[in-house]
Amino acid sequence: MGTISLKNISKSFGSTQVLNNLNVDINDGEFLTLVGPSGCGKSTLLRIIAGLEQQTSGDVLIDNKNVNRVRASERDLAMVFQSYALYPHLTVRRNLETPLRLRDYNAFERLPLIGNFSPSKKEKTESINQLVNKTSETLKISELLDRKPGQLSGGQRQRVALGRAMVREPVAFLMDEPLSNLDAALRVHMRSELSELHNSLKTTFVYVTHDQAEALTMSSRMAVMIDGNLLQLDTPQEVYDNPSSLSVAQFVGSPKINIFKGTSDSSGTVSFLNVNLKRKSSESNTDLHIGIRPEHLEITNESNENTFNGTVAYRENLGSDIFFHVNIEDGSNKIIVRGLPQFTHQISNGSSVNIKRVSDKALLFNQAGMRVQFTNA
Amino acid sequence: MEAKQYIGEGWKHAILIIGAIVVMLPFYMMVSMSLKSQQEIQSISGGLIGAQETQTFPVCVKTGYSEETCTMKPYQYNYWFAFEKAPIPRYLMNGVIVTLSIFIIQVLVALPCAYALAKLRFYGREFVFSMVLFCLLIPVHGIALPLYVMLAQAGLVDTYSALILPWTISVFGIFLMRQFFMTVPDELIDAARMDGMGEYAIVWKVMLPTAIPALLAFAIFSVVAHWNDYFWPRMVITGNRDLFTPPLGIREFRGGIDSDEFGPMMASIVTVTVPLIVAFIIAQKRFIEGITLTGMK
Repeated sequence: MGTISLKNISKSFGSTQVLNNLNVDINDGEFLTLVGPSGCGKSTLLRIIAGLEQQTSGDVLIDNKNVNRVRASERDLAMVFQSYALYPHLTVRRNLETPLRLRDYNAFERLPLIGNFSPSKKEKTESINQLVNKTSETLKISELLDRKPGQLSGGQRQRVALGRAMVREPVAFLMDEPLSNLDAALRVHMRSELSELHNSLKTTFVYVTHDQAEALTMSSRMAVMIDGNLLQLDTPQEVYDNPSSLSVAQFVGSPKINIFKGTSDSSGTVSFLNVNLKRKSSESNTDLHIGIRPEHLEITNESNENTFNGTVAYRENLGSDIFFHVNIEDGSNKIIVRGLPQFTHQISNGSSVNIKRVSDKALLFNQAGMRVQFTNA
Repeated sequence: MEAKQYIGEGWKHAILIIGAIVVMLPFYMMVSMSLKSQQEIQSISGGLIGAQETQTFPVCVKTGYSEETCTMKPYQYNYWFAFEKAPIPRYLMNGVIVTLSIFIIQVLVALPCAYALAKLRFYGREFVFSMVLFCLLIPVHGIALPLYVMLAQAGLVDTYSALILPWTISVFGIFLMRQFFMTVPDELIDAARMDGMGEYAIVWKVMLPTAIPALLAFAIFSVVAHWNDYFWPRMVITGNRDLFTPPLGIREFRGGIDSDEFGPMMASIVTVTVPLIVAFIIAQKRFIEGITLTGMK
């Protein structure tokens, strides 16, 4: 079992409020990602779950037991740190053994030399060895066991750090940006490995990242946090398709969502630039933000009441896609449009283009940044 | 261009060589005098080791040895007589007992203190640390008298405790280790906590091994200072020769009826200095190798 519930968690450092009354229920075996820009409090929240930090108010429940007063070491959680935090003076084997030794040996058995006289120690040592060997085989680090962390590459240290968390078979893994010190290729590779690991272990993972791509690719649910508030907690697809607010929409998705300024008239018809949307807004007679993702805009030869015109300022070729940064005619906006290479390869910087939107994909937000729904249509 | 560079380098080396000579000269004199006879020392002749003529030494005879025993080469005489006249091994052992006890207790006190000051958040931490800094400013001699009075009241004068106790809390050690611990990443400590270590286990099993280079630096300061200390042992060891530390022992050769026996005196000084130099050379190698924190990132 590994359910974690956070109830009304608040945290402040002095007069600075870092977390604002958060409620999260993490299910057993779930891969939950806490995602948000730097300084949004996601790491603090993870540290509160771990017991390394004390919340100012609110309750942490692990397997329905209140652990507010339980020390980090007794919560049976394992944590993987951004810097890996391996013990630099110990070999990989000893690094992996450390949490087991601390858990299994009693105080007497941990003493140097005379601890060996304890009759039960031999048995425990054997079981520790077995667990270390099993884990290192799973992570393919068996041949590194006798090295010191200083002699390992970044990716290998990452694996050892994972191993040190895994040997203890904790109720949940907490990961604090574990991939951010790796190079880009390795990071993408480790994403899939972590997902596989999660599938095979079937243990709860709580994963903190500022990288929305990691959150989208790995998690079963993601919690978007901005400025100490939990803005949305849902499956990655739902967060991407149906962001609850403008901030979430802007944070999730790369390149960023395009935001147009528009208005709705008394009948709820939404218009921006020279375009009217077919669907009607539930809030009438107001200024609105219209969000359209780059893949929901396309470059077209047509010119009609549903298209608008702009000049390509910058062309970003990623091979599979080309993103065009386009200045809109009225100068108010710079937007990003995705184009498929086979249709758009001849368009260069400075050319004038017509842009069409894919219908039924626009998202509306009011002036406060909250989502506005379309009427039933 | 290249020639100019050589001249520039040459100047640097010339200055460094002069500096080295100035520093080494007293050591040269010490070793040289410990090998030569009294006449050669007083007439400043004989170069490094003197003529090494076998002779009979009058002071030795005066002390009560037979003439036969007192006839030997100067270098033999100097070292033999130094050990004969004063229990130098005993002094060396006292030196080892005192300096090691001081160092070990200093570490036992300073490491947890430094850890708390560097890594734990508690009310008044900054105040405590400023007190530590403040204590760095107090000269030892300024508080020597009150310390002596307190030890005397406690009946500890003329004991090992008197030599050791006043030095067991080293604010310099606390300060040095605190500065080093500040550079140890918090995540390493958090990882140890997650693994189930208590705060004391963290100090001894995580912080201590990563702090070996800093600890060695501190060991050099501490051991050298207390091995060579003359002032404090002179104050608290008033009569009992069994408690003499090496510097007090050297004093045995000064003054008295057979004064100015420079040969044996220098021989005893060499004996007292050599362990320190050897220890320093061993430590220096470790010091440079160090244990780096490369495992962290």
